[in-house]
Amino acid sequence: MSDLANRKPLPLALLSAVFVLCWLVIAAFPFLWTMWGSFKVEGDFFSRADWMNAITGPVTERQYGSPFTLAGYEGAWVQQEFWRAVVNTAIVTVFVVLISLTLGTLGGYALARSGFRYTFWLLMAALVFRAMPHVTLVSGYLLPFFQLNVWGYLPTTIIVLVAINQPFTLWMLHSFFLSIPKDLDEAAMVDGCTRFQAFRLAIIPVMWPGVVTTGLFSFLLAYNDFTVTSMLLSQENATMIPKINSFLGSTQEEGKVMYAVAAVVSAIVPLFVLILFFQRQIVSGLTAGAVKG
Amino acid sequence: MPHKTFLFFIWPSLLAMILFIALPIGSVAYQSLFIEHEKILIEAKNCGPFGCTSQVSVDAEAMARLRAEQPAGRFNGLGTYTNPTHLATDEIADIVATSKNFGEIRSRIMNLPFYKALIFTLAYTFIVTPLVIILGFIIAVVVNSVPKLLKGPVIFFSLLPMLVTPLVGSLVLFWMIDSRGIIGAMLQSLFNDPTLSLKASPTLTWLTLFTYGVWHSAPFAFVVFYAGLQTVPKDTLESAMVDGASRWERVRFVTIPYLAPLATFIALMQLMDNFRVFEPIIGFSAAASATSLSYLIYNDLRAAESPLFGSAAATSMLTIIGVIILLLPVLRRNWREFNRKT
Repeated sequence: MSDLANRKPLPLALLSAVFVLCWLVIAAFPFLWTMWGSFKVEGDFFSRADWMNAITGPVTERQYGSPFTLAGYEGAWVQQEFWRAVVNTAIVTVFVVLISLTLGTLGGYALARSGFRYTFWLLMAALVFRAMPHVTLVSGYLLPFFQLNVWGYLPTTIIVLVAINQPFTLWMLHSFFLSIPKDLDEAAMVDGCTRFQAFRLAIIPVMWPGVVTTGLFSFLLAYNDFTVTSMLLSQENATMIPKINSFLGSTQEEGKVMYAVAAVVSAIVPLFVLILFFQRQIVSGLTAGAVKG
Repeated sequence: MPHKTFLFFIWPSLLAMILFIALPIGSVAYQSLFIEHEKILIEAKNCGPFGCTSQVSVDAEAMARLRAEQPAGRFNGLGTYTNPTHLATDEIADIVATSKNFGEIRSRIMNLPFYKALIFTLAYTFIVTPLVIILGFIIAVVVNSVPKLLKGPVIFFSLLPMLVTPLVGSLVLFWMIDSRGIIGAMLQSLFNDPTLSLKASPTLTWLTLFTYGVWHSAPFAFVVFYAGLQTVPKDTLESAMVDGASRWERVRFVTIPYLAPLATFIALMQLMDNFRVFEPIIGFSAAASATSLSYLIYNDLRAAESPLFGSAAATSMLTIIGVIILLLPVLRRNWREFNRKT
């Protein structure tokens, strides 16, 4: 298509530029604003006098001698022991990602290569399971977990998150394995491999792009989960998101809302970095389901 | 692939799903038929110099024994489903019988907790989903036409609202719309009303939650549509141009029909996700004027003294039925497609 014929009239070009700018502001500004504000004291971030105070920080300057302070972070990380929640989150996410990818690649591969009718029913069941609100499942766990005395521990939560994650992982890896030609593993089997050897020697070396993408979404699910972790973990084992929620209960009255702001920013920054490095994979993962099925 | 090999590959993930998704649904169904034990009361005579007083207290020991014997509580049949905090059949009948007009029926039903939550959940699902699709489509079309240099940063920042967990995202907005926050203060000066607060009225709270929902999910629709736009066949667009189609007509008659399947996909994902709306209600502290089905369950399980398992389970069952009704058309379509293929 020639560029000349496709060139926009000036008003339309301006309009779309303005629109994109507006959208950028709407999407990004709240996060940048909160990040900036997390280095201020409450009197500035929630200023009664003038919203400009949140930018210049006169109250912060009066209290700490500089317009920026780490008081919120110190309060959250040291006093309220947010670092514990960070460690718990790290443990939970690493194990959830590893286990759900292991189970998911095996299952997704089987679903992609078996032509029987029950694969359809399995996939449909997975779709229904994916739609289940997590809190309904949690209300099913609580009583049995109390009875078995496994409530409140990290391994329980990890297993539950893996299971909740399975339907999505299966769907995604299933459609990814469908895109790997059948000939590849069938040739290996003609050469005398068993099905598992074919999987190990022929499929595993080429499956990493799909696995990385699926892994990213498993990570996001475990990292972002609030429903399961807040109901199944005891206070001292809490991960980041439930911890932030507990800050709101305990700190809002005492004028320590800045602890929560600092904790929220601490939870957002890793995602920032993640998007920076994996933008392409995230985009391809989001569209994978759409394009293929 | 023979059945045995298939099973060999899939059993771990199948086991996980059966144990932690299918069985809990069964457990919820079972629990919903039971209700908490009645309190066992004991009366203790307390005699002092000024005569005897009798004191009624809960027999903690007997209660603990009873709980250990029957952890799920006592059998209640479908009683929990029909009680005032769930389907409220008696109350509905009463309301219909005694109200004068439709408006009164509606406002009285809105006071029943289950229906209040159901109506909010449905409103959220069916208002946010179409708005997300429309906004996402517009953003995708516009971003697709801006210079290449800008596209990367736009996608980067667009992903943020979606990938940040709803609780954190809603908190970020909640602090900004606080009457001392930047948006709250701006709205106050805009409408010249220093008492204006988005948290005060139910209508404004609903609108805030809807806005949040669109902000959170529009990036998803945008990314999917944007990827779809890259695959729109250039030939068709060019022949439309040769035939004299204007810019708008090309979007209307080439792009939109081509992207329609993607819209169905987004709608499906959004219906599933929006139906379980829950975290924004906590983030915005909106429970007073807006509750959802998921929030009711969460609230029951968090009840101050001991979790109300029966009540939570009954709401869960009703929610699951709702999800299945929501998915029925999709399942039917998939079934037909599958049959056509085989």
